[in-house]
Amino acid sequence: MSLKTKRLIFGILFSFFFLYTIAVDTIGTSKDDGERWLTEKAKKGKLVFQEYNCTACHQIYGLGGYMGPDLTNVISTPGKGPIYAKAFLQAGSQRMPNFQLSEEKMEELIEFLTYIDKTGISPVKKFKTNFDGTISEATK
Amino acid sequence: MKKEIGIVFIGLAFISLLGGLFFGSLSSFQFVIPGFLDSFPFVKSRPLHVSLVVAWIFLSAIGGIYYFLPKHVKLELYSDKLARIHFWIFLITGVLILTCYFIGKFGGREYWEFPPILSIPIFISWILFGINYFKTIVGKIYHWPIYLWMWATGIFFFFFTFTEAYLWVFPFFRDHIVRDITTQWKAYGALVGSWNMLVYGTAFFIMERISGDKTVAKSKLSFAMYFLGLTNLLFGWAHHIYIVPSAAWIRNVAYLVSMTELIILSKIIWNWRKSLTESVKKFHILPFRFLVASDIWIFINLVLALAISIPAVNIFTHGTHITVAHAMGSTIGINTMVLLASCFYIVQDITKTQFNSLQQKIVKAGFWITNVSLLTFFISLIFAGAEKGQMVIEDKLTFQEIMQHISPYLTVFAFAGIGIFIGLLMVIFPALRAIFRYLRGNA
Repeated sequence: MSLKTKRLIFGILFSFFFLYTIAVDTIGTSKDDGERWLTEKAKKGKLVFQEYNCTACHQIYGLGGYMGPDLTNVISTPGKGPIYAKAFLQAGSQRMPNFQLSEEKMEELIEFLTYIDKTGISPVKKFKTNFDGTISEATK
Repeated sequence: MKKEIGIVFIGLAFISLLGGLFFGSLSSFQFVIPGFLDSFPFVKSRPLHVSLVVAWIFLSAIGGIYYFLPKHVKLELYSDKLARIHFWIFLITGVLILTCYFIGKFGGREYWEFPPILSIPIFISWILFGINYFKTIVGKIYHWPIYLWMWATGIFFFFFTFTEAYLWVFPFFRDHIVRDITTQWKAYGALVGSWNMLVYGTAFFIMERISGDKTVAKSKLSFAMYFLGLTNLLFGWAHHIYIVPSAAWIRNVAYLVSMTELIILSKIIWNWRKSLTESVKKFHILPFRFLVASDIWIFINLVLALAISIPAVNIFTHGTHITVAHAMGSTIGINTMVLLASCFYIVQDITKTQFNSLQQKIVKAGFWITNVSLLTFFISLIFAGAEKGQMVIEDKLTFQEIMQHISPYLTVFAFAGIGIFIGLLMVIFPALRAIFRYLRGNA
């Protein structure tokens, strides 16, 4: 393989990757079903989530640690919800430290979780498997 | 006489690995025994483990490159001073990151859990590394062997992916959870790909040195595999976001590209048929032994990676311990084995002698303890993940009940982690001792 060919393949791959990156960051991720719930409080709640390193133990859409449950739909799961989430934030548990959060920070976190809940489903529990290995009709 | 900067990097890499193993063992027990050492919670021990292990991979790969270029590729470093500045920035930033974790100051992003301000010196240090690398090799060799391409690719894409990992500081990314999660996985997937380029480049280099065959690193087939690997680095990351409500074409591209890894898998199986005799013949050579182990782990991890790239399988495995098995199997089984091969090659090169027979016995016993423990560790995570995935889909048990159900597997995982720690300690100790002796001698 000549040097010219190698450079050409590398250049083509990188160019595609660059365009693909722009597409992923814009049209590929433009849909946000939770937009209505994205309040200023929810935005601050995300920063609280990061400040206390919640991702070390909790996942959102499967991204994060495994010590605690995935929090994507904690607000709408039957038997859970904002009060349930707040109880954990206030008292902690055997696995979760009590972070001594202020009332304001707890509210912000819960608004953030409410926003996430409206954006989609994780983990998916009901789905249809297609012949090519893909899935469809995914629901809670 | 001046200390060789590559060796200094490797000395620090070993120390990082020991720290990473210690905090990994600690956090695995915190995982199994709730409340264990709650004065130093999991939110602190986990990032310490992750960052120290990532530091081990980067430091040892970079150390190898700084060592091999002048010593074996016969290209004098563009600037030794720049490499030393690189080292000190890395060290000081590393100490600051660890301090932040100890005092509970977080940036709270997966993998990069330190405050974002500390990403700036890391970025600067890579610019220095990039300048040094490219100024050292560009125009000096016309037909780069594959390892020079791979190292160059790793350095180049590190900038791209590291920048992408910090796009969240802009509200356009931060305030849109689907975009944020997608970009994060994209950045991390490609980041792992970029360090894999550094590691696999090192593997090619060591293999060339041991075999003495310089044709492989310039062959058409090697470059075809390199470009296939690069395509996967760039477009194969999205099997991590099958459940994220982003556009379907992102998932389809990833699924399609991931399946091309079947070609790599076939090549590995084909190569084994040819190289088995040689493997048996050279197994006594320490660096070669680590490369053989990494080959087997590449095979195991590739089979797992292919399986979890199928959406219908991924729906069960995503967010379970199978993803952890995939990550740990790759970082310990593949990356660490290759990098240990590189480090042992360098240690034997600088000391100009072999380890004595007791040291060799210790290293070989450590090698087996590590690999057997890693296999146990890997299998227990697969079982834990498979059961968890099944139970989550069935939706009959609470999270706590699921965790209780899989706790026997996680107990085995935690003890196997101790086995890996002991095994690697036995492997590293003689090498680290030799490095310190050498550095003291050259002080």
